[in-house]
Amino acid sequence: MPDVTKAQTTDEALLDAVAPPAVEVPAGQDEKKSDKPRSLWGDAWYDLRHRPMFWVSSVLLFLLIVIAAFPGLFTSVDPRDGDLVNHYLSKPELTHFFQPDWFGYDQQGRSIYARVVHGTRASILVGVGVTAVVTLVGALLGMLAGYFGGWVDSVISRLTDIFFGIPFLLGTMVVLNAFTERKVYVVILALAFLGWTSIARVTRSSVITAKQADYVTAARALGAGTSRILFRHVMPNAIAPTIVVATIALGGYISAEATLSFLGLGLSDPTISWGIDISEGSKVIRDNPHTLLFPAGMLSLTVFAFIMLGDAVRDALDPKLR
Amino acid sequence: MGRYAARRLLQMIPIFIGTTLLIFLMVHILPGDPVRAIYGDKAPDPAQIAAIKREYGFDKPVLEQYVHYMLNLLQGDFGKNLAGRPVIDLMSDAFPVTLRLTLLAITIEIIIGVGLGAWAGLRAGKAADTGVLIFTLTVISIPVFVLGFIARFIFADELGWLPPNVQDSTSFSQLFLPAFVLAMLSMAYVARLTRTTFAENLRADYMRTALAKGLPRRRIIGVHLLRNSLIPVVTFVGTDVGGFIGGAVITEGIFNIQGVGNLLYRAVQTSEGSTVTGVVTVLVLVILLINLLIDLLYAVLDPRIRYA
Amino acid sequence: MTTIDKTRNVPEPRGAADGSTPLLEVRDLHVEFHTRDGVAKAVNGVNYTVNSGETLAVLGESGSGKSVTAQAIMGILDMPPGRIPQGQILYRGEDMLTMSADARRKIRGRKIAMIFQDALSALNPVLSVGYQLGEMFRVHEGLSKKDAKAKAIELMDRVKIPAAKERVGDYPHQFSGGMRQRIMIAMALALEPDLIIADEPTTALDVTVQAQVMDLLAELQREYNMGLILITHDLGVVADVADKIAVMYAGRIVETAPVHELYKRPAHPYTRGLLDSIPRLDQKGQELYAIKGLPPNLTRIPSGCAFNPRCPMAQDVCRTDVPPLHPVTERDGSELVGRGSACHFWKETIHG
Repeated sequence: MPDVTKAQTTDEALLDAVAPPAVEVPAGQDEKKSDKPRSLWGDAWYDLRHRPMFWVSSVLLFLLIVIAAFPGLFTSVDPRDGDLVNHYLSKPELTHFFQPDWFGYDQQGRSIYARVVHGTRASILVGVGVTAVVTLVGALLGMLAGYFGGWVDSVISRLTDIFFGIPFLLGTMVVLNAFTERKVYVVILALAFLGWTSIARVTRSSVITAKQADYVTAARALGAGTSRILFRHVMPNAIAPTIVVATIALGGYISAEATLSFLGLGLSDPTISWGIDISEGSKVIRDNPHTLLFPAGMLSLTVFAFIMLGDAVRDALDPKLR
Repeated sequence: MGRYAARRLLQMIPIFIGTTLLIFLMVHILPGDPVRAIYGDKAPDPAQIAAIKREYGFDKPVLEQYVHYMLNLLQGDFGKNLAGRPVIDLMSDAFPVTLRLTLLAITIEIIIGVGLGAWAGLRAGKAADTGVLIFTLTVISIPVFVLGFIARFIFADELGWLPPNVQDSTSFSQLFLPAFVLAMLSMAYVARLTRTTFAENLRADYMRTALAKGLPRRRIIGVHLLRNSLIPVVTFVGTDVGGFIGGAVITEGIFNIQGVGNLLYRAVQTSEGSTVTGVVTVLVLVILLINLLIDLLYAVLDPRIRYA
Repeated sequence: MTTIDKTRNVPEPRGAADGSTPLLEVRDLHVEFHTRDGVAKAVNGVNYTVNSGETLAVLGESGSGKSVTAQAIMGILDMPPGRIPQGQILYRGEDMLTMSADARRKIRGRKIAMIFQDALSALNPVLSVGYQLGEMFRVHEGLSKKDAKAKAIELMDRVKIPAAKERVGDYPHQFSGGMRQRIMIAMALALEPDLIIADEPTTALDVTVQAQVMDLLAELQREYNMGLILITHDLGVVADVADKIAVMYAGRIVETAPVHELYKRPAHPYTRGLLDSIPRLDQKGQELYAIKGLPPNLTRIPSGCAFNPRCPMAQDVCRTDVPPLHPVTERDGSELVGRGSACHFWKETIHG
């Protein structure tokens, strides 16, 4: 019998027919590029490049990172300087682009525009920091549990269950309440303290799946060592869901930080944080909605950019959804 | 299934002990002195502090305190707060309020979330789908407290349709706005999840079979698609209860509702360890039981799951 | 069909009183899929007919367009990305492609039914088999839930599922592969359709079960005098049950023939290659023949005859001219009924 395939749905058969491995291509000129066998990552990159959402979020994030790194480029006003006499709750001047009075002033006479610009750094730092810690810890624990199984898995999984059992925001509130001066790194560690569980769970299950794949069995049969199997064969194939969860969670951490600051349990003065400003603004929202809307808008835009990026990455890495 | 439920209940015990121990340690080991906090800025008498600490057992080792606490808990004694009120009284005032709020929110979440998600999933790739996607992304991006203030500002302050503060927590119309705000985030997730499972299951082989059987579209979607697509949604709603509690802290604060969220928030701020531990213990228990319930419900929805 | 003795014993075709209109006729059907890599031309001008009581086997590798053609007939193609730019599908002389959606739905399941390859995924996992079988009667005949269940049990008995009464409430995953495929067959048979399309009905089964399921299908087909389109890549399955064969390659029919003639004397190099690559006991020790190369990429089908890059007989003309389906004749020019070959060199192929 010719090379007839076994259990194949028509869809798969069609895909096979559309993109066969690059052997014996009939003579042609423009075939070079698209006949290369596509890897998951290559495929994902192709997919990403064709998503407007990816580009919108990338441009937004680039801009936000520049603001966070060089706030001085965008405003020369000191965000802590208040002028109660001249600027107490002044209304925004929406046509004064990039001027101190663009977004108006708060109840301490401080430029809201300057505060929004200078608050970017803390939010981005918290988001990226928590994600980095959580991904490192969670992925490591998840990988150990998934790869070694047995009692290692039991211990780590129960530990994950326990940390997962405490409602995230509540637990973080309790941790942060213990600190009177809450700098960025304190908030990062507090959020990471309960935040690592979902990454650990996702990594564990994808490692278990990857571990059972035939190519891992093959590598083992060929005498590859544990670390080689783990880092060369299992990890690259198991890491995609971890990346997706981490990217999407990043936006969530920024939102959580602002929420905690709003509750008076997040970053504290002198750190400038959108959450604190929103909390302050909410007290005078009735007649001065601008005090809340601008920091809240900036915060939402940042979270939006990260979540949109995570979304695009997820769609690109998950061929099932295509 | 009965044996499975029993086994799951047994498995919950170590997780329950672990979680309560963790929160207990968090409350008691971390810096921050609850007794000192009572006095605020006043300088307290050291002898008085020592007396209070003895009375509450704060002078003993933490693990001993924990064992003592758990033994009391078994007899239904959650201890007293520093003002001398039994914690169980505080909770029995607060929990019914939050229960009503949460149930209302979950109802809103499911109805709107599944509806939107199904609508988008059936039109995957079309304008309606993109619209729902952007809407849900926006909702997810706006933190609950911002959403809450904006909602209160628009519907209570500006339009005057609803009271800004909830005075009567049994009134459906007063609870509606807070419940809606509380539901928004989860609703967006439910919509996205429903959309994804709908779009995915639309391409399942059994959908093709249903089509080949000549079934009308209504039946294909209402029976074959919906049944399969609701399974992950049910799981999500179940595991999201913890998130609702977090959201309740914010929502109850904004709308001034005297529920569990408010109770917890005040307890955390005043370092009221016994109240925090008590409330979180009950919450953990509730969450564990809901998860068990979801697992059992899973079997009803998906006959492939077998309980050994 | 004079060469096939099997069809002689069957009763007269149902419904088709005039006898001239075939049960199903596919005319110049084209199907294409719009993908990221361009337009994949899955079906490129397929013609075939099926009459009542007749079994047509459609043979081909995966990607040859055999399943896509079947889905186009059933009206269950995913559109988009699928598109039918031209062609007709005539059911009793009426073009189904121009019918209203509702009219088409009424034909599906009731007049033309389909058996899918993988019964495990083709049956709804969360509904009992009794429900899924009974659904046919409830929707098409308006039966009550109770009557539909009784009918479902009857059907399960019909396809020889043991203890049908006890198992009617079971779910697909609780059955073995062979039993599941019987349930698929039962579902297709429910309303005694005129035509059944079986898409690789035994591919997912164990070899021992394959024969049982195939026999059951053939038996029921004879009994109800249905038309049957059997889609397969397995030459072994075809020989016993089919009346005529259409071999497909790259979305075209490259050869048609009554079943035994095809085995005896293939008239297309591709068919010959397929037959030569069947392992045979009397050739033990010799190297097994394999058609070189791979099926073509459907977004870039080779010019001329699509098979030319893999064909041992290819000449210059094969790379430029698409061969039509030539009628195949004996060496002396006498007609061979039902035979055709889309090869410029069919004469050389069949007569050596």
